[in-house]
Amino acid sequence: MEWLNAVVQGIMLGGLFALFATGLSLAFGVMRFVNLAHGDLAILGAFVAVSVTSALGLNPFVSLVIVVPVMLAAGYGLQLGAFNFTVGADPLPSILVTFGLGVVIQNALLQTYSADSRGLDVGSIEVESIAITDAIAVGWIPLITLAVAITVLLGLQLMLSRTALGRAFRAVSDDPATARLMGINDRNLYAVAMGIAFATVAIAGVFLGIRQSFGPTDGPAQLLYAFEAVVIGGLGSVWGTLIGGLLLGVAHGIGGQVEVSYGYGSGPLLGHLVFLAVLATKPAGLLGRRTE
Amino acid sequence: MTLLEVRGLDAGYGDFQALFGIDVDVAEGETLAMIGANGAGKTTFLRVLAGQVPTRAGSITFEGADIGAVRAHRRVGIGIALVPEGRKLFGSLTVRENLIIGAHPGRPGRWSLDTVLEVFPLIRPLLERPSHVLSGGEQQAVAIGRALMSNPRLILLDEVSLGLAPVVVKSLYEALPALSEGGATVLLVEQDIGQALSVASRVVCLLEGRVSLEGRPADLARSDITAAYFGMPATAGSEGPS
Repeated sequence: MEWLNAVVQGIMLGGLFALFATGLSLAFGVMRFVNLAHGDLAILGAFVAVSVTSALGLNPFVSLVIVVPVMLAAGYGLQLGAFNFTVGADPLPSILVTFGLGVVIQNALLQTYSADSRGLDVGSIEVESIAITDAIAVGWIPLITLAVAITVLLGLQLMLSRTALGRAFRAVSDDPATARLMGINDRNLYAVAMGIAFATVAIAGVFLGIRQSFGPTDGPAQLLYAFEAVVIGGLGSVWGTLIGGLLLGVAHGIGGQVEVSYGYGSGPLLGHLVFLAVLATKPAGLLGRRTE
Repeated sequence: MTLLEVRGLDAGYGDFQALFGIDVDVAEGETLAMIGANGAGKTTFLRVLAGQVPTRAGSITFEGADIGAVRAHRRVGIGIALVPEGRKLFGSLTVRENLIIGAHPGRPGRWSLDTVLEVFPLIRPLLERPSHVLSGGEQQAVAIGRALMSNPRLILLDEVSLGLAPVVVKSLYEALPALSEGGATVLLVEQDIGQALSVASRVVCLLEGRVSLEGRPADLARSDITAAYFGMPATAGSEGPS
Protein backbone atom coordinates (compact mmCIF):
# COMPACT_ATOMS: atom_id res chain seq x y z
CA MET A 1 0.00 0.00 0.00
CA GLU A 2 2.87 2.36 0.73
CA TRP A 3 4.07 1.87 -2.84
CA LEU A 4 0.66 2.84 -4.17
CA ASN A 5 0.82 5.87 -1.89
CA ALA A 6 4.24 6.71 -3.34
CA VAL A 7 2.74 6.66 -6.84
CA VAL A 8 -0.22 8.83 -5.80
CA GLN A 9 2.02 11.38 -4.08
CA GLY A 10 4.30 11.27 -7.11
CA ILE A 11 1.43 12.15 -9.43
CA MET A 12 0.63 15.12 -7.21
CA LEU A 13 4.26 16.26 -7.29
CA GLY A 14 4.20 15.73 -11.05
CA GLY A 15 1.59 18.45 -11.31
CA LEU A 16 4.15 20.94 -10.02
CA PHE A 17 6.81 19.64 -12.42
CA ALA A 18 4.38 19.99 -15.32
CA LEU A 19 3.64 23.59 -14.31
CA PHE A 20 7.37 24.32 -14.27
CA ALA A 21 7.84 22.71 -17.65
CA THR A 22 4.95 24.47 -19.42
CA GLY A 23 6.69 27.76 -20.16
CA LEU A 24 9.91 26.06 -21.15
CA SER A 25 8.03 23.86 -23.58
CA LEU A 26 6.02 26.76 -25.04
CA ALA A 27 9.09 28.94 -25.66
CA PHE A 28 10.89 26.07 -27.32
CA GLY A 29 7.85 25.03 -29.33
CA VAL A 30 7.12 28.50 -30.72
CA MET A 31 10.62 29.89 -31.29
CA ARG A 32 13.16 27.13 -30.49
CA PHE A 33 14.19 29.23 -27.52
CA VAL A 34 16.06 27.53 -24.67
CA ASN A 35 15.59 29.52 -21.46
CA LEU A 36 18.20 28.61 -18.84
CA ALA A 37 16.80 31.27 -16.49
CA HIS A 38 13.45 29.48 -16.31
CA GLY A 39 14.02 28.08 -12.81
CA ASP A 40 15.25 31.43 -11.53
CA LEU A 41 12.17 33.08 -13.00
CA ALA A 42 9.99 30.70 -10.98
CA ILE A 43 11.86 31.69 -7.83
CA LEU A 44 11.55 35.34 -8.87
CA GLY A 45 7.79 34.84 -9.18
CA ALA A 46 7.71 33.33 -5.69
CA PHE A 47 9.64 36.29 -4.25
CA VAL A 48 7.35 38.76 -6.01
CA ALA A 49 4.51 36.91 -4.27
CA VAL A 50 6.37 37.30 -0.96
CA SER A 51 6.51 41.07 -1.47
CA VAL A 52 2.89 41.29 -2.59
CA THR A 53 1.57 39.20 0.29
CA SER A 54 3.55 41.11 2.92
CA ALA A 55 2.83 44.54 1.48
CA LEU A 56 -0.88 44.05 0.86
CA GLY A 57 -1.63 41.31 3.39
CA LEU A 58 -3.03 39.05 0.68
CA ASN A 59 -3.31 35.28 0.68
CA PRO A 60 -0.61 33.86 -1.66
CA PHE A 61 -3.34 32.35 -3.87
CA VAL A 62 -4.91 35.80 -4.25
CA SER A 63 -1.50 37.35 -4.88
CA LEU A 64 -1.45 35.48 -8.20
CA VAL A 65 -3.85 38.14 -9.49
CA ILE A 66 -0.95 40.59 -9.25
CA VAL A 67 2.08 38.29 -9.68
CA VAL A 68 0.91 36.71 -12.94
CA PRO A 69 0.27 39.98 -14.84
CA VAL A 70 3.55 41.44 -13.53
CA MET A 71 5.53 38.44 -14.75
CA LEU A 72 3.60 38.36 -18.02
CA ALA A 73 4.56 41.97 -18.67
CA ALA A 74 8.17 41.23 -17.69
CA GLY A 75 8.31 38.32 -20.15
CA TYR A 76 6.80 40.39 -22.93
CA GLY A 77 9.23 43.24 -22.32
CA LEU A 78 12.31 41.04 -21.98
CA GLN A 79 11.54 39.25 -25.22
CA LEU A 80 11.12 42.51 -27.12
CA GLY A 81 14.10 44.19 -25.49
CA ALA A 82 16.60 41.35 -25.32
CA PHE A 83 15.60 37.79 -26.20
CA ASN A 84 14.44 38.66 -29.73
CA PHE A 85 18.03 39.51 -30.63
CA THR A 86 19.03 35.92 -29.82
CA VAL A 87 16.23 34.05 -31.61
CA GLY A 88 17.45 32.23 -34.69
CA ALA A 89 18.75 28.99 -36.08
CA ASP A 90 21.61 28.87 -33.57
CA PRO A 91 20.41 28.17 -29.99
CA LEU A 92 23.75 29.23 -28.43
CA PRO A 93 23.00 32.99 -28.10
CA SER A 94 19.74 32.31 -26.25
CA ILE A 95 21.49 29.84 -23.94
CA LEU A 96 24.23 32.34 -23.10
CA VAL A 97 21.90 35.28 -22.59
CA THR A 98 19.46 33.38 -20.37
CA PHE A 99 22.33 31.81 -18.40
CA GLY A 100 23.51 35.34 -17.69
CA LEU A 101 19.99 36.44 -16.82
CA GLY A 102 19.76 33.60 -14.31
CA VAL A 103 22.92 34.81 -12.57
CA VAL A 104 21.57 38.36 -12.52
CA ILE A 105 18.23 37.24 -11.05
CA GLN A 106 19.88 35.15 -8.34
CA ASN A 107 22.14 37.98 -7.24
CA ALA A 108 19.39 40.57 -7.40
CA LEU A 109 17.25 38.34 -5.18
CA LEU A 110 20.15 37.85 -2.75
CA GLN A 111 20.63 41.62 -2.56
CA THR A 112 16.96 42.35 -2.12
CA TYR A 113 15.73 39.50 0.07
CA SER A 114 18.98 38.14 1.65
CA ALA A 115 19.91 34.45 1.52
CA ASP A 116 17.25 33.41 4.05
CA SER A 117 14.75 30.77 3.06
CA ARG A 118 11.20 31.97 2.69
CA GLY A 119 7.81 30.36 2.45
CA LEU A 120 4.35 31.41 1.35
CA ASP A 121 1.76 30.82 4.07
CA VAL A 122 -1.75 29.94 2.93
CA GLY A 123 -3.01 28.92 6.36
CA SER A 124 -4.38 25.64 7.63
CA ILE A 125 -5.14 24.24 4.18
CA GLU A 126 -1.42 23.50 3.93
CA VAL A 127 -1.74 20.55 6.30
CA GLU A 128 -5.24 19.42 5.41
CA SER A 129 -5.79 16.37 3.26
CA ILE A 130 -8.41 14.01 1.92
CA ALA A 131 -8.16 10.46 3.18
CA ILE A 132 -8.72 8.07 0.27
CA THR A 133 -7.96 4.91 2.26
CA ASP A 134 -6.45 4.39 5.68
CA ALA A 135 -2.98 4.43 4.20
CA ILE A 136 -3.39 6.98 1.43
CA ALA A 137 -4.23 10.63 1.89
CA VAL A 138 -3.96 13.39 -0.66
CA GLY A 139 -3.02 16.86 0.52
CA TRP A 140 -5.18 19.74 -0.63
CA ILE A 141 -2.24 21.82 -1.81
CA PRO A 142 -0.75 19.10 -4.06
CA LEU A 143 -4.24 18.37 -5.37
CA ILE A 144 -4.87 22.03 -6.17
CA THR A 145 -1.42 22.23 -7.79
CA LEU A 146 -2.21 19.28 -10.03
CA ALA A 147 -5.62 20.70 -10.91
CA VAL A 148 -4.08 24.07 -11.78
CA ALA A 149 -1.38 22.37 -13.89
CA ILE A 150 -3.98 20.43 -15.85
CA THR A 151 -6.13 23.55 -16.25
CA VAL A 152 -3.18 25.64 -17.48
CA LEU A 153 -2.08 22.97 -19.97
CA LEU A 154 -5.65 22.36 -21.16
CA GLY A 155 -6.10 26.10 -21.64
CA LEU A 156 -2.83 26.29 -23.54
CA GLN A 157 -3.83 23.37 -25.75
CA LEU A 158 -7.23 24.94 -26.51
CA MET A 159 -5.58 28.28 -27.26
CA LEU A 160 -3.07 26.64 -29.62
CA SER A 161 -5.63 24.51 -31.45
CA ARG A 162 -8.73 26.73 -31.54
CA THR A 163 -7.80 30.41 -31.60
CA ALA A 164 -6.29 32.78 -34.16
CA LEU A 165 -3.42 33.42 -31.73
CA GLY A 166 -2.71 29.70 -31.49
CA ARG A 167 -2.85 29.39 -35.28
CA ALA A 168 -0.31 32.19 -35.54
CA PHE A 169 1.92 30.50 -32.95
CA ARG A 170 1.89 27.27 -34.96
CA ALA A 171 2.49 29.07 -38.25
CA VAL A 172 5.47 30.98 -36.83
CA SER A 173 6.82 27.78 -35.34
CA ASP A 174 6.64 26.14 -38.78
CA ASP A 175 8.09 28.98 -40.84
CA PRO A 176 8.52 32.53 -39.50
CA ALA A 177 9.48 34.03 -42.89
CA THR A 178 6.29 32.79 -44.56
CA ALA A 179 4.25 33.76 -41.50
CA ARG A 180 5.37 37.35 -42.06
CA LEU A 181 3.81 37.16 -45.54
CA MET A 182 0.50 36.53 -43.73
CA GLY A 183 0.87 39.82 -41.89
CA ILE A 184 2.12 38.15 -38.72
CA ASN A 185 4.66 40.19 -36.75
CA ASP A 186 6.73 37.25 -35.53
CA ARG A 187 8.82 39.34 -33.13
CA ASN A 188 5.73 40.61 -31.35
CA LEU A 189 4.28 37.11 -31.31
CA TYR A 190 7.45 35.78 -29.66
CA ALA A 191 6.98 38.41 -26.96
CA VAL A 192 3.41 37.25 -26.37
CA ALA A 193 4.63 33.64 -26.10
CA MET A 194 7.34 34.64 -23.62
CA GLY A 195 4.77 36.60 -21.62
CA ILE A 196 2.62 33.47 -21.36
CA ALA A 197 5.70 31.41 -20.46
CA PHE A 198 6.60 33.85 -17.67
CA ALA A 199 3.00 33.82 -16.41
CA THR A 200 2.94 30.02 -16.15
CA VAL A 201 6.33 29.82 -14.47
CA ALA A 202 5.20 32.49 -11.97
CA ILE A 203 2.23 30.28 -11.08
CA ALA A 204 4.66 27.36 -10.68
CA GLY A 205 6.92 29.46 -8.48
CA VAL A 206 4.08 30.52 -6.19
CA PHE A 207 2.89 26.93 -5.80
CA LEU A 208 6.47 25.86 -5.08
CA GLY A 209 6.64 28.54 -2.40
CA ILE A 210 3.40 27.30 -0.86
CA ARG A 211 4.60 23.70 -0.92
CA GLN A 212 8.12 24.19 0.43
CA SER A 213 10.59 26.82 1.57
CA PHE A 214 12.75 28.44 -1.09
CA GLY A 215 15.82 30.66 -1.39
CA PRO A 216 17.30 32.93 -4.08
CA THR A 217 19.59 30.20 -5.46
CA ASP A 218 17.01 27.42 -5.76
CA GLY A 219 16.24 28.19 -9.42
CA PRO A 220 18.70 25.89 -11.20
CA ALA A 221 17.34 22.79 -9.43
CA GLN A 222 13.83 23.70 -10.60
CA LEU A 223 15.17 24.26 -14.10
CA LEU A 224 16.61 20.75 -14.08
CA TYR A 225 13.27 19.17 -13.17
CA ALA A 226 11.47 21.30 -15.75
CA PHE A 227 13.96 20.26 -18.42
CA GLU A 228 13.61 16.61 -17.51
CA ALA A 229 9.82 16.82 -17.64
CA VAL A 230 9.93 18.53 -21.05
CA VAL A 231 12.44 16.09 -22.52
CA ILE A 232 10.59 13.05 -21.19
CA GLY A 233 7.29 14.28 -22.62
CA GLY A 234 8.66 15.70 -25.85
CA LEU A 235 9.82 19.25 -26.59
CA GLY A 236 7.06 21.52 -27.79
CA SER A 237 4.23 19.10 -27.05
CA VAL A 238 1.56 20.34 -24.61
CA TRP A 239 0.26 16.93 -23.53
CA GLY A 240 3.81 15.61 -23.55
CA THR A 241 4.66 18.25 -20.96
CA LEU A 242 1.90 16.98 -18.66
CA ILE A 243 2.85 13.32 -19.17
CA GLY A 244 6.53 14.17 -18.65
CA GLY A 245 5.80 16.05 -15.45
CA LEU A 246 3.61 13.27 -14.05
CA LEU A 247 6.10 10.54 -14.99
CA LEU A 248 8.93 12.47 -13.38
CA GLY A 249 6.79 13.01 -10.29
CA VAL A 250 5.98 9.30 -10.02
CA ALA A 251 9.68 8.49 -10.42
CA HIS A 252 10.42 10.88 -7.55
CA GLY A 253 7.68 9.28 -5.44
CA ILE A 254 8.85 5.72 -6.05
CA GLY A 255 12.51 6.70 -5.65
CA GLY A 256 11.66 8.29 -2.33
CA GLN A 257 9.88 5.13 -1.19
CA VAL A 258 12.89 3.03 -2.25
CA GLU A 259 15.02 5.24 -0.03
CA VAL A 260 12.60 4.80 2.89
CA SER A 261 12.28 1.03 2.44
CA TYR A 262 15.81 0.04 1.55
CA GLY A 263 17.95 2.90 2.77
CA TYR A 264 19.56 3.88 -0.51
CA GLY A 265 18.68 5.83 -3.63
CA SER A 266 16.47 8.91 -3.68
CA GLY A 267 13.55 10.45 -5.52
CA PRO A 268 15.58 12.80 -7.72
CA LEU A 269 18.01 9.97 -8.55
CA LEU A 270 15.26 7.76 -9.98
CA GLY A 271 13.90 10.82 -11.80
CA HIS A 272 17.27 11.39 -13.44
CA LEU A 273 17.47 7.70 -14.42
CA VAL A 274 14.03 7.81 -16.05
CA PHE A 275 15.09 10.97 -17.88
CA LEU A 276 18.27 9.29 -19.13
CA ALA A 277 16.36 6.18 -20.18
CA VAL A 278 13.90 8.24 -22.24
CA LEU A 279 16.70 10.31 -23.74
CA ALA A 280 18.56 7.15 -24.75
CA THR A 281 15.61 5.29 -26.23
CA LYS A 282 13.26 8.04 -27.43
CA PRO A 283 15.29 11.24 -27.88
CA ALA A 284 12.27 13.15 -29.25
CA GLY A 285 10.35 12.37 -26.04
CA LEU A 286 7.30 10.20 -25.49
CA LEU A 287 4.89 12.49 -27.37
CA GLY A 288 7.40 14.71 -29.15
CA ARG A 289 7.22 15.72 -32.76
CA ARG A 290 10.22 14.59 -34.70
CA THR A 291 11.89 17.87 -35.57
CA GLU A 292 14.33 18.61 -38.32
CA MET B 1 -2.84 53.68 -64.02
CA THR B 2 0.50 52.48 -62.70
CA LEU B 3 0.07 50.28 -59.63
CA LEU B 4 3.72 49.49 -59.05
CA GLU B 5 6.73 51.49 -60.13
CA VAL B 6 10.22 50.12 -59.55
CA ARG B 7 13.20 52.36 -60.32
CA GLY B 8 16.91 51.56 -60.26
CA LEU B 9 16.46 48.64 -57.87
CA ASP B 10 19.56 46.90 -56.51
CA ALA B 11 19.23 43.94 -54.14
CA GLY B 12 21.16 40.89 -53.05
CA TYR B 13 22.24 38.56 -50.28
CA GLY B 14 25.44 39.27 -48.36
CA ASP B 15 28.28 39.80 -50.83
CA PHE B 16 26.18 38.58 -53.70
CA GLN B 17 24.25 41.14 -55.71
CA ALA B 18 21.27 39.60 -57.51
CA LEU B 19 19.55 42.64 -59.05
CA PHE B 20 21.15 45.60 -60.84
CA GLY B 21 19.19 48.77 -61.53
CA ILE B 22 15.85 47.15 -62.28
CA ASP B 23 13.17 49.43 -63.78
CA VAL B 24 9.73 47.85 -64.00
CA ASP B 25 6.23 49.31 -64.16
CA VAL B 26 3.12 47.27 -63.48
CA ALA B 27 -0.16 48.74 -64.63
CA GLU B 28 -3.32 48.13 -62.67
CA GLY B 29 -5.23 45.08 -63.91
CA GLU B 30 -2.54 43.67 -66.17
CA THR B 31 -0.89 40.27 -65.92
CA LEU B 32 2.84 40.75 -66.12
CA ALA B 33 5.05 37.70 -66.64
CA MET B 34 8.67 37.90 -65.57
CA ILE B 35 10.73 35.27 -67.31
CA GLY B 36 14.38 34.35 -67.18
CA ALA B 37 16.76 31.48 -66.64
CA ASN B 38 17.59 29.96 -63.28
CA GLY B 39 19.48 32.53 -61.20
CA ALA B 40 18.38 35.52 -63.28
CA GLY B 41 16.98 37.23 -60.16
CA LYS B 42 13.25 36.68 -60.66
CA THR B 43 12.57 35.20 -57.25
CA THR B 44 14.73 37.84 -55.59
CA PHE B 45 12.69 40.53 -57.31
CA LEU B 46 9.44 39.12 -55.91
CA ARG B 47 10.99 38.71 -52.47
CA VAL B 48 12.06 42.36 -52.53
CA LEU B 49 8.50 43.39 -53.41
CA ALA B 50 7.18 41.25 -50.53
CA GLY B 51 9.69 42.76 -48.11
CA GLN B 52 11.65 39.56 -47.52
CA VAL B 53 14.83 40.95 -49.08
CA PRO B 54 15.85 44.58 -48.42
CA THR B 55 16.54 47.01 -51.25
CA ARG B 56 20.09 48.33 -51.55
CA ALA B 57 19.36 51.14 -53.94
CA GLY B 58 16.44 52.43 -55.95
CA SER B 59 12.80 52.88 -55.08
CA ILE B 60 9.58 50.89 -55.02
CA THR B 61 6.40 52.92 -55.36
CA PHE B 62 3.09 51.17 -54.79
CA GLU B 63 -0.16 53.05 -55.33
CA GLY B 64 1.84 56.28 -55.28
CA ALA B 65 3.59 55.64 -51.96
CA ASP B 66 7.23 54.67 -51.43
CA ILE B 67 7.11 51.28 -49.70
CA GLY B 68 10.85 50.55 -49.56
CA ALA B 69 10.88 50.87 -45.76
CA VAL B 70 7.62 49.01 -45.13
CA ARG B 71 8.40 45.80 -43.23
CA ALA B 72 7.43 42.39 -44.60
CA HIS B 73 4.52 41.74 -42.24
CA ARG B 74 2.93 45.07 -43.19
CA ARG B 75 3.07 44.58 -46.95
CA VAL B 76 0.07 42.26 -47.01
CA GLY B 77 -1.89 44.98 -45.25
CA ILE B 78 -1.19 47.46 -48.05
CA GLY B 79 -2.25 44.92 -50.66
CA ILE B 80 0.79 42.91 -51.76
CA ALA B 81 0.59 39.12 -51.41
CA LEU B 82 3.33 36.67 -52.37
CA VAL B 83 2.77 33.03 -53.30
CA PRO B 84 6.28 31.88 -52.50
CA GLU B 85 8.39 29.47 -54.47
CA GLY B 86 7.88 25.96 -53.14
CA ARG B 87 4.36 26.82 -51.85
CA LYS B 88 5.53 27.08 -48.21
CA LEU B 89 2.28 25.94 -46.63
CA PHE B 90 2.25 25.66 -42.84
CA GLY B 91 2.66 21.92 -42.28
CA SER B 92 1.13 21.77 -38.83
CA LEU B 93 -1.99 23.66 -39.92
CA THR B 94 -4.95 22.13 -41.72
CA VAL B 95 -5.82 23.28 -45.22
CA ARG B 96 -8.67 25.36 -43.80
CA GLU B 97 -6.34 27.00 -41.28
CA ASN B 98 -3.78 27.67 -44.01
CA LEU B 99 -6.44 29.54 -45.96
CA ILE B 100 -7.88 31.42 -42.98
CA ILE B 101 -4.46 32.59 -41.82
CA GLY B 102 -4.05 34.31 -45.19
CA ALA B 103 -6.98 36.62 -44.50
CA HIS B 104 -6.21 40.12 -43.27
CA PRO B 105 -8.65 41.97 -41.01
CA GLY B 106 -7.93 45.27 -42.75
CA ARG B 107 -8.64 43.91 -46.22
CA PRO B 108 -12.18 42.67 -46.71
CA GLY B 109 -13.33 42.16 -50.27
CA ARG B 110 -14.36 39.69 -52.89
CA TRP B 111 -12.16 36.84 -51.71
CA SER B 112 -13.22 34.66 -48.81
CA LEU B 113 -13.04 30.96 -48.03
CA ASP B 114 -16.14 30.37 -50.16
CA THR B 115 -15.00 32.31 -53.22
CA VAL B 116 -11.54 30.74 -53.08
CA LEU B 117 -13.15 27.30 -53.01
CA GLU B 118 -15.21 28.25 -56.07
CA VAL B 119 -12.03 28.93 -58.03
CA PHE B 120 -10.22 25.89 -56.63
CA PRO B 121 -12.95 23.31 -56.02
CA LEU B 122 -10.34 20.56 -55.66
CA ILE B 123 -9.46 21.98 -52.22
CA ARG B 124 -12.96 21.63 -50.78
CA PRO B 125 -12.78 17.95 -49.77
CA LEU B 126 -9.30 18.50 -48.28
CA LEU B 127 -10.15 21.33 -45.88
CA GLU B 128 -9.66 19.38 -42.66
CA ARG B 129 -6.50 17.58 -43.76
CA PRO B 130 -3.07 18.63 -42.56
CA SER B 131 -1.52 20.51 -45.46
CA HIS B 132 1.64 18.41 -45.61
CA VAL B 133 -0.24 15.36 -46.94
CA LEU B 134 -1.45 17.21 -50.06
CA SER B 135 -0.03 16.65 -53.53
CA GLY B 136 2.10 19.38 -55.10
CA GLY B 137 -0.73 20.68 -57.26
CA GLU B 138 -3.16 20.76 -54.35
CA GLN B 139 -0.60 22.58 -52.24
CA GLN B 140 -0.07 25.15 -55.00
CA ALA B 141 -3.82 25.75 -55.21
CA VAL B 142 -3.97 26.26 -51.43
CA ALA B 143 -0.97 28.60 -51.58
CA ILE B 144 -2.63 30.76 -54.24
CA GLY B 145 -5.91 30.66 -52.32
CA ARG B 146 -4.13 31.66 -49.13
CA ALA B 147 -2.70 34.73 -50.86
CA LEU B 148 -6.10 35.62 -52.33
CA MET B 149 -7.69 35.57 -48.87
CA SER B 150 -6.05 38.93 -48.12
CA ASN B 151 -7.76 40.50 -51.16
CA PRO B 152 -4.47 41.77 -52.60
CA ARG B 153 -4.18 44.57 -55.14
CA LEU B 154 -1.01 42.90 -56.41
CA ILE B 155 -0.47 39.16 -56.23
CA LEU B 156 3.02 37.83 -56.82
CA LEU B 157 3.22 34.25 -58.10
CA ASP B 158 6.62 32.58 -57.91
CA GLU B 159 7.12 29.58 -60.18
CA VAL B 160 3.60 28.21 -60.01
CA SER B 161 4.53 25.39 -62.40
CA LEU B 162 7.67 24.24 -60.60
CA GLY B 163 7.72 20.48 -60.05
CA LEU B 164 4.14 19.93 -61.15
CA ALA B 165 2.70 17.68 -63.87
CA PRO B 166 1.73 19.58 -67.06
CA VAL B 167 -1.94 18.77 -66.64
CA VAL B 168 -1.88 20.22 -63.12
CA VAL B 169 -0.07 23.35 -64.31
CA LYS B 170 -2.66 23.79 -67.05
CA SER B 171 -5.54 23.71 -64.57
CA LEU B 172 -3.79 26.16 -62.25
CA TYR B 173 -3.17 28.56 -65.12
CA GLU B 174 -6.81 28.30 -66.14
CA ALA B 175 -7.66 29.75 -62.73
CA LEU B 176 -5.47 32.83 -63.21
CA PRO B 177 -8.02 34.93 -65.14
CA ALA B 178 -10.30 34.65 -62.10
CA LEU B 179 -7.61 36.45 -60.08
CA SER B 180 -7.61 39.40 -62.46
CA GLU B 181 -11.40 39.45 -62.58
CA GLY B 182 -11.37 39.55 -58.78
CA GLY B 183 -9.50 42.85 -58.91
CA ALA B 184 -5.93 41.67 -58.46
CA THR B 185 -3.05 42.66 -60.66
CA VAL B 186 -0.88 39.62 -61.32
CA LEU B 187 2.90 39.54 -61.46
CA LEU B 188 4.09 36.05 -62.17
CA VAL B 189 7.55 34.60 -62.43
CA GLU B 190 8.11 31.61 -64.66
CA GLN B 191 10.81 29.54 -66.25
CA ASP B 192 8.17 27.95 -68.45
CA ILE B 193 8.00 30.64 -71.14
CA GLY B 194 5.19 29.05 -73.14
CA GLN B 195 2.96 28.96 -70.10
CA ALA B 196 3.85 32.51 -69.13
CA LEU B 197 3.22 33.94 -72.59
CA SER B 198 -0.18 32.25 -72.78
CA VAL B 199 -1.60 34.32 -69.91
CA ALA B 200 0.53 37.44 -69.82
CA SER B 201 -0.47 40.82 -71.22
CA ARG B 202 3.15 41.93 -70.93
CA VAL B 203 6.53 40.22 -70.48
CA VAL B 204 9.72 41.30 -68.78
CA CYS B 205 12.80 39.15 -69.23
CA LEU B 206 15.63 39.17 -66.69
CA LEU B 207 19.17 38.17 -67.51
CA GLU B 208 21.78 38.02 -64.76
CA GLY B 209 19.93 40.53 -62.63
CA ARG B 210 19.16 43.05 -65.38
CA VAL B 211 16.12 43.65 -67.55
CA SER B 212 17.05 42.28 -70.97
CA LEU B 213 13.70 42.58 -72.74
CA GLU B 214 10.28 44.06 -72.20
CA GLY B 215 7.14 44.11 -74.30
CA ARG B 216 3.78 42.61 -75.18
CA PRO B 217 3.91 38.93 -76.17
CA ALA B 218 2.37 39.63 -79.58
CA ASP B 219 5.03 42.20 -80.40
CA LEU B 220 8.03 40.05 -79.47
CA ALA B 221 9.73 37.73 -81.91
CA ARG B 222 10.60 34.30 -80.60
CA SER B 223 14.26 34.90 -81.45
CA ASP B 224 14.31 38.12 -79.41
CA ILE B 225 12.94 36.29 -76.38
CA THR B 226 15.48 33.51 -76.78
CA ALA B 227 18.32 36.02 -77.04
CA ALA B 228 17.10 37.92 -73.99
CA TYR B 229 16.60 34.70 -72.04
CA PHE B 230 20.01 33.18 -72.73
CA GLY B 231 21.99 36.35 -73.35
CA MET B 232 23.10 35.30 -76.82
CA PRO B 233 21.58 35.61 -80.28
CA ALA B 234 19.50 32.67 -81.35
CA THR B 235 21.16 30.53 -84.01
CA ALA B 236 19.27 29.80 -87.19
CA GLY B 237 16.68 27.06 -86.81
CA SER B 238 16.74 27.00 -83.02
CA GLU B 239 13.36 26.65 -81.41
CA GLY B 240 14.28 28.52 -78.27
CA PRO B 241 13.34 27.44 -74.77
CA SER B 242 10.09 25.57 -74.23
